[in-house]
Amino acid sequence: MNTEDRWAGERLKETHFHPRQAVLNLRDAWSSWNGYKFADYYYDAEYEYFCVRNSCGTYDICPMQKYDVSGPDAEAMLNRMVTRNIANMMENRVTYVCWCTDEGRLIDDGTIFKLGPEKFMLTCGSPCLGWLKKSAFGFDDVTFTDMSDGIAALSIQGPTSCEVLKKLGLEGIETAKPYDIMHFPFHGSSGDTLMVSRTGFTGDLGYELWIAPELALDLWDALYASGEDYGIQPYGEAATNMARLEAGFIMPEMEFNEALKTVHFQHDQTPFELNLGWLVDFKKPHFNGRRALLQERDKGPEYTLTKLDIEGNKPAEKAYLYSNKRCTRKIGYITSAMWSPVVKANIALAMIKTEYLQGDIWAEIYYEKELRQTSKVAKCTIRKKPFWTPARARATPPHAY
Amino acid sequence: MKNFDTIIIGAGHNGLICAAYLALGGQRVLVLEAADTLGGLAATREFYPGFKTSIAHSVSQFSTKIVRDLDLKAHGFKLGKALATVGLGDAGDHVIVQQGAVSGVSPDDASAYADYRQLLRRFADVLKPVWLKTMPRIGNNNLSEILTFARIGLKLRLLGKDDMGEFLRVAALPARDLMDENFDSDLLKAVLSWDGLIGSKMAPRSPNHTVLTMLYRMSGEYDGDHAIPAGGIGGLITALYSSAKDAGAEIRTGAKVGRILIEANAAGLTATGVELVDDEQIMADRVVSSADPQRTFLELVGTQNLEIEFSNRIRRLRCDGYVAKLHLALDGLPEFSGLERSDGRMIIAPDLDAIEFAFDDAKYGESSERPVMEIVIPSLHDPSLAPAGKHVLSAHIMYVPYRLKGGWTDEAREALCERIIGTIEHYAPGIREQIVHRELLTPLDLEQICNVTGGHWHHTEFALDQMLMMRPTYEAAQYSTPLSGLYLCGAGCHPGGGLMGGPGHNAAHEILK
Repeated sequence: MNTEDRWAGERLKETHFHPRQAVLNLRDAWSSWNGYKFADYYYDAEYEYFCVRNSCGTYDICPMQKYDVSGPDAEAMLNRMVTRNIANMMENRVTYVCWCTDEGRLIDDGTIFKLGPEKFMLTCGSPCLGWLKKSAFGFDDVTFTDMSDGIAALSIQGPTSCEVLKKLGLEGIETAKPYDIMHFPFHGSSGDTLMVSRTGFTGDLGYELWIAPELALDLWDALYASGEDYGIQPYGEAATNMARLEAGFIMPEMEFNEALKTVHFQHDQTPFELNLGWLVDFKKPHFNGRRALLQERDKGPEYTLTKLDIEGNKPAEKAYLYSNKRCTRKIGYITSAMWSPVVKANIALAMIKTEYLQGDIWAEIYYEKELRQTSKVAKCTIRKKPFWTPARARATPPHAY
Repeated sequence: MKNFDTIIIGAGHNGLICAAYLALGGQRVLVLEAADTLGGLAATREFYPGFKTSIAHSVSQFSTKIVRDLDLKAHGFKLGKALATVGLGDAGDHVIVQQGAVSGVSPDDASAYADYRQLLRRFADVLKPVWLKTMPRIGNNNLSEILTFARIGLKLRLLGKDDMGEFLRVAALPARDLMDENFDSDLLKAVLSWDGLIGSKMAPRSPNHTVLTMLYRMSGEYDGDHAIPAGGIGGLITALYSSAKDAGAEIRTGAKVGRILIEANAAGLTATGVELVDDEQIMADRVVSSADPQRTFLELVGTQNLEIEFSNRIRRLRCDGYVAKLHLALDGLPEFSGLERSDGRMIIAPDLDAIEFAFDDAKYGESSERPVMEIVIPSLHDPSLAPAGKHVLSAHIMYVPYRLKGGWTDEAREALCERIIGTIEHYAPGIREQIVHRELLTPLDLEQICNVTGGHWHHTEFALDQMLMMRPTYEAAQYSTPLSGLYLCGAGCHPGGGLMGGPGHNAAHEILK
């Protein structure tokens, strides 16, 4: 009998941490991200969410795209591509960036790690090698290496995360400030086998660990041994989505449609629409999309991504927004919504026509009550600050447990 | 420190025309030409002691409006009589197209030609308003720009239902189909296709813009017939120079621009002047480049100062030239078998297949086994080009690839030159003995001599996807560019290349607006 797998090329790839995660995925709740088998949740999304908020959790970021961008022109090339100025970045620092088309429409957001004077790592949600190559045209001395498969990356987030890393033996990790990068020996190896950045996607205290794939499982085992008393638990996409919404972070295909994948005219977004104007540095004389973004800044964005606190407790998923309770004048739509356990509020992110931000906002929420479809109209209040922004997320050193 | 209102890079005909208009508009203008002579691809150069000629050797579409506006006649410009276009026949049975009639073909073809020409003239008329107008910006609803299109639409509609339908049908038809529909004579078909193909990467069977190219070339004084100005092509350049100079423009030769100076500050990037290769810096309110788009943006500006998608669009412009130039210094007037007068434009292309096969060689990077060509004896029209009693032969050779497999070695050049002369010899026996000197300029040579990327006649392919508001590409198709203070005025802009002057005229109009 032919035992060869006919669909081998079609199957989802397994990440470097898969052997451990597969055992823990009690519900076999897998989805996919960039071709990798990827946990939606392991046991229960809410339980995992509470671990992240109350103890700590690990989140597999192997499927995230990671590019090594190196060479004498690397900085200039990246600086022309992203809207923020990275020219004054210090080594071993991370910065959050976004990049746009010539028309100022958002392609993606991500982080830049400065690892040396001519060495950077760019991370982002979707593959972008094509855009990088286009962006590098005219910059002769820059090379790209897709490190997405070549680095095992694991995020550890939550209030006890620093403590777990201390237990793991990462001496001095508590001195790392947000967006710092530190290097550590690991498993008897000397030097900087393990890279740790104080970054994450939960709005809480957290770190991301970067290591060679062959050490991935050793790292997992050591981390889980250290974390046993600190409530360590793997969490998946569902819990991530809850945590990031509380932190006010945007998600592709929810808050924004990547410009290079958008077919309809201006169904993509500008950074100003997404409330990312602070990432656009007009003091920088040139970057891609600058002219268009300058126009957008001056005339104001058509829509503005807005944080809403909605009365009641019914998540306003996919709801339309109106300027009046009778729901006759449509002014926007909800992009993400949830009942936030930590804030104890019915929260949402919404795209609202900028001109209506000053007036009343009402959400027409459809929901189900034991199979009966029903709807209600709820008043929305704009929140300026992220829903969840604890001091511990920024404290250095973090609280010891 | 500001020395000039406008610096123009390149003193080809478009650079000079733009300079003249701007100077007439009251600007202080400086034109910088890299070569030691003016004219770019229309410059007259001595290729052998006592023998001179220019790359472009005839005029078919020079704008009569520009002649009037710049009062070029007062500056010595005078277009000669329309040249006969002669399809050289194998046994002296030539086809001659002249003054709207054709001889050497059957009565059927002769009468078909009259109808055909009549129709093309009507179509050419429709397009006339397009060439000297700025094209609408994509996504912009500026009324005057949109009116340009409305006017074309109206003219098209006024052709009547049948002719309008016919125009839309043939606009992108391959030359071969158009010819087969109308004529029987192989030689006539080849001759009439010629002006739709030459200068492009196109053969008779290629669908794209043959007919549009023909109509573009019919926009001049003689409805497409070629002519040579008094004093040759040099006469045109001298008149343009004199007109620009009189208007107050300053013109420097031997001044090669190394880069466009760019000021970077919180207001963004602005072109503020140029730096010559000898490091001299000259400042101005604006810089207007008549150099080709790739040279302008990729070399003089630098992609790091441009946007990502824009610079990649400039990169993928098709700029490889496919026409080589042969210059022969002759110690007498060559005799073409069975041809009374050799003062016309002689085409060697026995039939459409001959052109197609020559193209087939070139598109795979080979130089053509049987090149096809267009020959003019410029010294018959301007005796100053050769010593008394001697002559110059000038030929455009199709198709000669810019990128030859194995590269343009001396051997490759010599082999091609030998094949070309062998071909001419077939029609003009005895010419070999008259040759004092010969010079073959491949597209690669043209690139180096004339500072034009790919040695392309039109700076970049004149094709449907690179025409009108897409020429050279959107965001730079209205003569201004994404870089504040930088404009284009060369053949890489709408309407295109050839000795017409549209880009120089239109750019000046935009700048003075």
